[in-house]
Amino acid sequence: MLTFPRWKIVMILGVVLLGILTSAPNFLTEEQRNELPAFMPSKTLNLGLDLRGGVRLLYGAAVDDVVEARLNNVADQIRDIRRNERGLNFRNIQISGHTVSFDVSREEMIDLAREKLRDLTDVTVGAANPLMGGGVKELELTQEGQRFTLTLTEQGILIQQRDAIARAMEVIRKRIDPDGTKEIVLQMEGNDRIILEVPGADDPEAIKDLVGRTAKLTFHDVNTTASQEDLSRGRTGLREKILPVQDGGMIMVKERVIVSGEDLTDAKPAYDQNGRPSVAFTFNTAGARKFGRHTQENIGRPFAIVLDELVISAPTIQSAIMGGSGQITNIGSVADAQELAVLLKSGSLPIELSVLSERAIGPDLGQENIDAGEIAAIIGFAGVIVYMVLSYGRFGLAANVALITNLVLIMGALSFLQATLTLPGIAGIVLTIGMAVDANVLVFERIREEQSNGRNPFSAMEHGYGEAFSTIMDANITTFIAAAVLYMLGSGPVQGFAVTLAIGILTSMFTAVVLTRFILATWLKRARPAKLPI
Amino acid sequence: MLLRLVPENTSLNFMALRKVALVFSVLLIIGSLALFAVNSLNYGIDFKGGISVEVQMEDKSDIPIERVKEAVAEMGYINPSVREYGEKWDAMIRLERQPGDDKAQAAVIEKLRNDLPVAIPGIIFLDGNFISPTVSGELKQDGALAVTIAVLAVLVYIWFRFEWQFGLGAVVALVHDVLLTVGFFAITRLEFNLSIIAAILTIVGYSLNDTVVVYDRVRENIRKFRKKEMGEIVNFSLNQTLSRTIMTSVTTLLALFALFFFGGEGIRGFTAAMIWGVVVGTYSSIFIASPMLLMFDIRRDAIIGEDKNDPTVDKSRPSNPFEQV
Repeated sequence: MLTFPRWKIVMILGVVLLGILTSAPNFLTEEQRNELPAFMPSKTLNLGLDLRGGVRLLYGAAVDDVVEARLNNVADQIRDIRRNERGLNFRNIQISGHTVSFDVSREEMIDLAREKLRDLTDVTVGAANPLMGGGVKELELTQEGQRFTLTLTEQGILIQQRDAIARAMEVIRKRIDPDGTKEIVLQMEGNDRIILEVPGADDPEAIKDLVGRTAKLTFHDVNTTASQEDLSRGRTGLREKILPVQDGGMIMVKERVIVSGEDLTDAKPAYDQNGRPSVAFTFNTAGARKFGRHTQENIGRPFAIVLDELVISAPTIQSAIMGGSGQITNIGSVADAQELAVLLKSGSLPIELSVLSERAIGPDLGQENIDAGEIAAIIGFAGVIVYMVLSYGRFGLAANVALITNLVLIMGALSFLQATLTLPGIAGIVLTIGMAVDANVLVFERIREEQSNGRNPFSAMEHGYGEAFSTIMDANITTFIAAAVLYMLGSGPVQGFAVTLAIGILTSMFTAVVLTRFILATWLKRARPAKLPI
Repeated sequence: MLLRLVPENTSLNFMALRKVALVFSVLLIIGSLALFAVNSLNYGIDFKGGISVEVQMEDKSDIPIERVKEAVAEMGYINPSVREYGEKWDAMIRLERQPGDDKAQAAVIEKLRNDLPVAIPGIIFLDGNFISPTVSGELKQDGALAVTIAVLAVLVYIWFRFEWQFGLGAVVALVHDVLLTVGFFAITRLEFNLSIIAAILTIVGYSLNDTVVVYDRVRENIRKFRKKEMGEIVNFSLNQTLSRTIMTSVTTLLALFALFFFGGEGIRGFTAAMIWGVVVGTYSSIFIASPMLLMFDIRRDAIIGEDKNDPTVDKSRPSNPFEQV
C-alpha cells in the first residue's frame, strides 16, 4: 500500500491539478478570466442570494386551472369534429371532474365517432418521468351505450401542468432577464411551485409587477401622417397612441386592435426570404378572417406588431394575407426568434401565479455575510492547522497539506458544478475542515497504536492506513446519507449546505486517505526513520 | 514533544458508568420532551409563516429597539416583536401574519421599507422576508420527514454493514441526540428554523460517524479476542478509540466555535445547534450507543462467521489474530 505505481501518481497529481485549475478563476479578475484560453475553466463560485443580495420569490401556480382549460379545449375539439363530419352529431357535451362526456346521437354512428375521436385518444404525450420512456396516453376513452367519456389520465394532467409551468417560467425569464445577463434562477419546485431568484435586485415590487404583467401581442394600424414633432410632443389623434419601437424611435398607432395574440394558434421560429431569423405564426379561423380583411383593404400601408407596448416591427402590407399565417421579421437572432415564438405561443402567462413567499436581501447584508463567513473560515482553518501540527508533528503537516488541497478541490468542484454557495454552505465547508481531519486522525491514531504494538515504521504505516480504511468508509458513507437526504428534501439554502457537505466528504476522502498516504510514503522511503515521529 | 489530550494507554471503565449515564440521559430526554410540550419551540417564520424584517442603523449607533417597536405599532401592526440581532446596531422585526391575503403581507414589508426610515432617521432596510402558512406548514413536515428518513436510512446501512444490534444501538443514540437537541432549543429559545433541520441532520451524521468508529473497533476486537467477556471488549474498544474521539471532537469544535463567534448572526443558531450536537453526539456514542450493544446481546458467532463474506476483512492476515501480535 505504500508503493505507488506511476499511473497512480499521475492520477493523484492530475486530480490536484484539476482542482487548482477549476478553482483558479475565483482568484482572477474578470478581465483576466476573459483572456483565459477556451479550454481553461473560467467559471467562478455561484454565490447564493444571502451572499450577494437580491430578491427571492416563491410562486404558487394554479395548476387546477390547467386541467379545466385543457378540458374546455377537448370539448372544443369535439365540437370541431361534429361540425366537420356530416351526419355525426354529439349531444350533451359535459365537463365534470377530469372528464368530458357526450352522447353520440345515432347508434350506427358509434364506429365513425370512435374513428374520428382517434385524433384525440391516440395522441401520446411525452412521459412525465423520462426514465419511463415512450409516451403516455393523455385521454382515455370509455363508452357506455351511446355515452362516450374522455378522461384525462393522471400522467396526462401532470404533463399538461408541468408544461404550463415550464411555459410560465419561460415567460418570466423573458420578462425579468431579457438579455440573459442577470443570472436569475428559475426553478420548478414540486409540481406547482416556481422559485425565482434575482441577484442584485433590491425591489421585489418591481419584479412582481413585471411577472404579473400580461404578455400581450397586438397588431395595429399605423398613423403614417404623424410627423416627428407630433411624436416628440406626444400629439395624438383621436383613439391613437404613441409607442416606442424596438429599433429606436417612436411610432403612432391606432388604438383599435386588428387582431391579437389571443387568436394565435401557433408560433415557431423560421427564416424570412433574406435568410434572417423570424417568427412564423398561425391564426385561428377568427383571427385569420380579421387579419385577412385588414390586409386586403390596406395594401401598401404599414401595420405595427406590438408586444407588451413595444413595437417589434411595422412591415408594409405587400398583398392580402388570407391564409391566417404570417411572419414577424426584424428579429435579432435565431435564439431570439425561438424565445419570441415560445412567448407568443404561451401568450400571456399560461397559468395564474401567486406569491407564496418573498425574501429581499440587501446587498450590504450579503457582503456582511461573506465577510463573516471568510473570517470564520480563516480562523477555524488556522486553529485546526495549528492543532494538527501540535498533535502529530510531521504527520500533521501532511494532513494540513491535504486539508488545503481539500479546500481547493471543494472550491473547484463548486465552481465547476455551478452549485450555489450560501451562508449555510460556508458553514458546511468550515464543518468539513473540522471533520476532514477525522480520517487522518483515525489513520494516525491507528499508526501510533500499531507502532506501540511493536511494528516497524513501514509495517505500522501500512496497517495504520489499511485498518482505518473500512472505518473511514463507514463513517463517511453515513454522513453522506444524511447529506443526500438533506439535498432531496431540503430547499434553497439547505440544499446548498447539503451539496457542499457531500462534495466535502468526497474530496476529503481523497485528500485524507490517498494524498496523505502518498506524501507520507514518499517521505518514509526517503528518510527511513527508525521510529515514526508520531 | 507532541500534544496529547488523552494519555496513551487509558483504561477508563466506561461501562461501570453506563447505568448512571442511562438514568441521566433518560432524565434529560424526559426533561426535553416536557419542555417541548409545555414551551414548544421558538419557531422562525420558516415554520410559522409571517413576516420578518431586518434593519440597521446606518452609522452603526445603537438601534433604539423601543422606538422601532413603537413605530411599527403606530403603523397599525399588532404585536410586533423587535429585538437586537447580532450587533447593537442591528434589529430583527417579527410580525405575525397580518389580515388579508399574501399580497397584503408583501405590502406590509413594502410599507416598513418605506416608512421606517422616515419614522426613525438613519435606519436602513437590510432584509425582508414573508412566508405563507401553506409553505411554512410544508417546510415543517418536510423537515420532520427528512430527519426521520435520514435516521431510517442509517439504520438500514448499519444493519447491512454490521449486525442488527449495532443498527439499533446507533439509532437509539441518534434519537437520543435529536431529542436532546430539540430540548436544547426548547430551553434556550433560540430560533428554530430551516437551517436547524440541516444542523440536526449534520448532527445525525456526526454522531453516527463517532458511533461507527467505536462499533468498527468493537467488531474487530470481538474477532480478535474470542475469549474475552463482552463488556470488557466494548470498554477496551472505547479506550482504544478515545484519543481519536476527543481529537476529532476538538478539531470540529475549533471550526464550529470560529463560526459561532465570527460567522455572523445568520448562522449563529445553526452553529450553536452543531456545537451542542457534537458534545451530545460524542457523549452518546460512548455512553449510549456502546452500552446498547450489551443490552441487545450481540451474538459473537454471527460476527466471526461474517468474516468470510466481508470484503473489508483482510484475508491475508493470520486466522488466529494472536499470532501476529
